[in-house]
Amino acid sequence: MYYLYGITGLFLIISFFIDKKKTLKALKISIKKFIKVLPQFLNIIIIISILFIFLTDSVILKYLGKDNLFISFVTALVLGSITLMPGFIVFPLAGILVTKGISYMVLSGFTTTLMMVGIIYIPLEKSYFGIKVAIIRNIIFFIIAIIVGLITGIVYGEIF
Amino acid sequence: MKKKKLIINILLILLFTIIIGISYLIKFKTGIQIGNNTLKFSKSMFIMIPGIFILIGLFEVWVKRETVVKHLGKESGIRGYFIVMVLSGFTMGGLYVAFPVAYTLYNKGAKLSVVFTFIGAFSICRIPMTIFEASYMGIKFTIIRYVVSLPLIMISSMLLGKYLEKRNYKVMEGK
Repeated sequence: MYYLYGITGLFLIISFFIDKKKTLKALKISIKKFIKVLPQFLNIIIIISILFIFLTDSVILKYLGKDNLFISFVTALVLGSITLMPGFIVFPLAGILVTKGISYMVLSGFTTTLMMVGIIYIPLEKSYFGIKVAIIRNIIFFIIAIIVGLITGIVYGEIF
Repeated sequence: MKKKKLIINILLILLFTIIIGISYLIKFKTGIQIGNNTLKFSKSMFIMIPGIFILIGLFEVWVKRETVVKHLGKESGIRGYFIVMVLSGFTMGGLYVAFPVAYTLYNKGAKLSVVFTFIGAFSICRIPMTIFEASYMGIKFTIIRYVVSLPLIMISSMLLGKYLEKRNYKVMEGK
């Protein structure tokens, strides 16, 4: 966070000294682009706020900790695709889940889909790249997440 | 977004705000919980977004199209992929940051496959998050993810880019 604003501030100051007009133009572009997608950001925040009252740690533990590894893995992939979680929540949670006996394969599927696939983001992604590409990209990245999860399972000796 | 849709959207957001506001007044537990979540997520998103959009604005006015075309465009070859992978490592935030940045790159002349590689690499390579991941899950876990997913992201992005270019696909913001 700090380095983002450090860098942004630095660039902004340099830019301002070189060319005031251009810098103001840049800020105008920033504001315009931001306002354009603002409603979608708010939508995402609202949806995820509502979703999160159902998605407590104990619920996640229950769904990812099924006896059948295959069912847990599929659940993890789906759960990861439909929800969003910031990294600072996901990994401490995943760390706890490992100690509770959840397999690495399941957690890999969960965290990878969380990061790479975002059903909730599709309206936002659509407004940049069109609906078709948004869907294709999510499907491809979903498949990649499956492969990552399976290989994690193999390396950790959880399957085969 | 179309005007009518936008108005409906704004009304829904207002309605949501009012409901949450009332929940706080009458101490409706679920409503308060949702409200607290909203504050938490708004904070984590909006603390970052202004910075990102200012950088996008500066990029738009200062970086020449030819520079982007040369390094990330059609003639950039394999190097373009590596540039965006390294670039993505220094970013932060969720996919909601990746899309506007990816779009900006594309708009300046980066080729589609490089743009998709950026989105993919962005989602897994952010350095701050990687440190987090490795410290909670172990470095082995992180290495597997990198080694398996990066080549797959690159290959699938190339195929997707080729497919879309063949079909004369054009990206349009705000469609």
